[in-house]
Amino acid sequence: MKILVCVKQVPDMDSRFRPNAAGVWFDEADLDWRINEYDEYAVEQALQLKEQLWEAPEVTILSIGPDRVLEVIRKALAMGCDRGVHILDPEISMKDPWQVAGIIATYAGEEGFDLVFTGMQSQDRGSAQVGVLAAEMLGIPCVTTLVGFSFDDGVITARRELEGGTRGVVRLSPPVFFTCQSGLNFPRYPTLPNILKSKKKEIRTIQVEDLPASAPLSVTTGFYPPAKKGSGIVLEGELNGLADRLMEILRGKCAAVRL
Amino acid sequence: MRSGAAMKVLLIGEFREGKLLDSTYELIGFAALLGADMAMFLVGSDYRLPDWGGRLYLADAGKYGEYNPDLHKELILAAVRQEQPDYIVFSHSSYGWDLAPRVAASLRIAQVSEVVALAVEGFEVGCCNSRMRRTVKPATVQAVLTIQAGTFAPLKPGGTPQVEQLETTGKSGLEFVGYEPAEMKEVDLGRAEVIVSAGRGVGKKENITLITALAKALGGEVGATRPVVDAGWIEHSRQVGATGQTVAPGLYLACGISGAIQHLAGMKKSGFIIAINKDRDAPIGEVADVLVLADVVQLLQALIDRLKKTTASS
Repeated sequence: MKILVCVKQVPDMDSRFRPNAAGVWFDEADLDWRINEYDEYAVEQALQLKEQLWEAPEVTILSIGPDRVLEVIRKALAMGCDRGVHILDPEISMKDPWQVAGIIATYAGEEGFDLVFTGMQSQDRGSAQVGVLAAEMLGIPCVTTLVGFSFDDGVITARRELEGGTRGVVRLSPPVFFTCQSGLNFPRYPTLPNILKSKKKEIRTIQVEDLPASAPLSVTTGFYPPAKKGSGIVLEGELNGLADRLMEILRGKCAAVRL
Repeated sequence: MRSGAAMKVLLIGEFREGKLLDSTYELIGFAALLGADMAMFLVGSDYRLPDWGGRLYLADAGKYGEYNPDLHKELILAAVRQEQPDYIVFSHSSYGWDLAPRVAASLRIAQVSEVVALAVEGFEVGCCNSRMRRTVKPATVQAVLTIQAGTFAPLKPGGTPQVEQLETTGKSGLEFVGYEPAEMKEVDLGRAEVIVSAGRGVGKKENITLITALAKALGGEVGATRPVVDAGWIEHSRQVGATGQTVAPGLYLACGISGAIQHLAGMKKSGFIIAINKDRDAPIGEVADVLVLADVVQLLQALIDRLKKTTASS
């Protein structure tokens, strides 16, 4: 069995985002980067399946972007993935979901994976399109918003999260493309022996120019903070002063404090 | 979009566990905002038609299943062929974000996800965990849109739709087994007058005792955001937000909560919202009546000390 996990590197979401020179995405200066949270659940699910099947499946980790994304590939290798693929594309953040999905589908189509796992969306773009589009391009079934996964005798029972916490249960067989929701599992931390082992694992680099290119179907024309509705007040200053003012407000708003 | 004639939209209604979902009326509200001619598509039932007098392409949920993306896609494509809409509009929901890209891929047209507003050219969408916005413009004549839940005012015009039945002979790549109900809510936060909620900004599991202590002192309940629940700091039954409980207490204290849209959806109707956060730009500031810029752990400790004195002196 061959398993592919697609991961994206995203900035720390607590960062202060400033528009780039073109004003269509954020300026990358001074940002801290990490693995897209949803993709971390995807890595963990692939590894759990590998363990369940006596280590038989080979788990490939794919990330697209400039050289900095090697960091997330290395992290996934240290978690236990077998080999890495880096599609080198310094311009990935300027591509629309259709183009990103096209790159993934081209690579995955050539390799012929039985299962693909990725996050249901990225924390920065948040379009929730790439996984489903890639599955459609590959012509394989796709299950989104995965919160439960079991594999038994070649049959997968998958649970999708619906609104209000209800779950939809579906059953199907490989090949399948899964997009993972947070809370699917508890992603493991790389252990020291695994970190050392991962240093010997192969990371293959593919130049994005060597893959067929497609034109974007949509364009971003602006990037800006939301308009402040701001009817609220902002309190700032020294801690004790803040606590006193907040106590005054609580006295007005909360019966338990009006004693 | 084509120029000349009025814009046409095809709205994709939602039907679950035998009921038409209210989000369907938000689609009608959105179409009205666009000033577009609208038709609707629904895999549903003759007995639960929307209160609306337009043209409805209806497929039988009994036959095609409430969830079956391959068949629903084929049925939507059949409606699109007849209707030739400028925009195909879904809710950005577990049904919509699952199905919309399949339709967009089949038609090789743009999708704009989770629209929050109309822009001069294109649509405004959230990004970077709701902290920022983008304007996205489709580069194709037709486009698929998903609209953010709870953002566009619902419109229920009344009337009875003219139904056009749809059929497909398509095949499905999966078997829909059924629904599992949400975990039992041991805690009904819906009745709490005061809720003190913890977000990831609280820092670590040990600090949750401060949240619990403050909730107790204020006679309220403890709530949590999804990341805090996913991390196992607070039990799932106390999660507030789109996939947890929807609450509207008189007083809501958001501690170390940045304000992801899924969380705001579950608490923005609270009577009075106090947010404690060190980040002035956090989206929670959009709904907060009072935003306190402070280290959440230190401030909680200071508040608890003062509340103890109040209790001791009374």
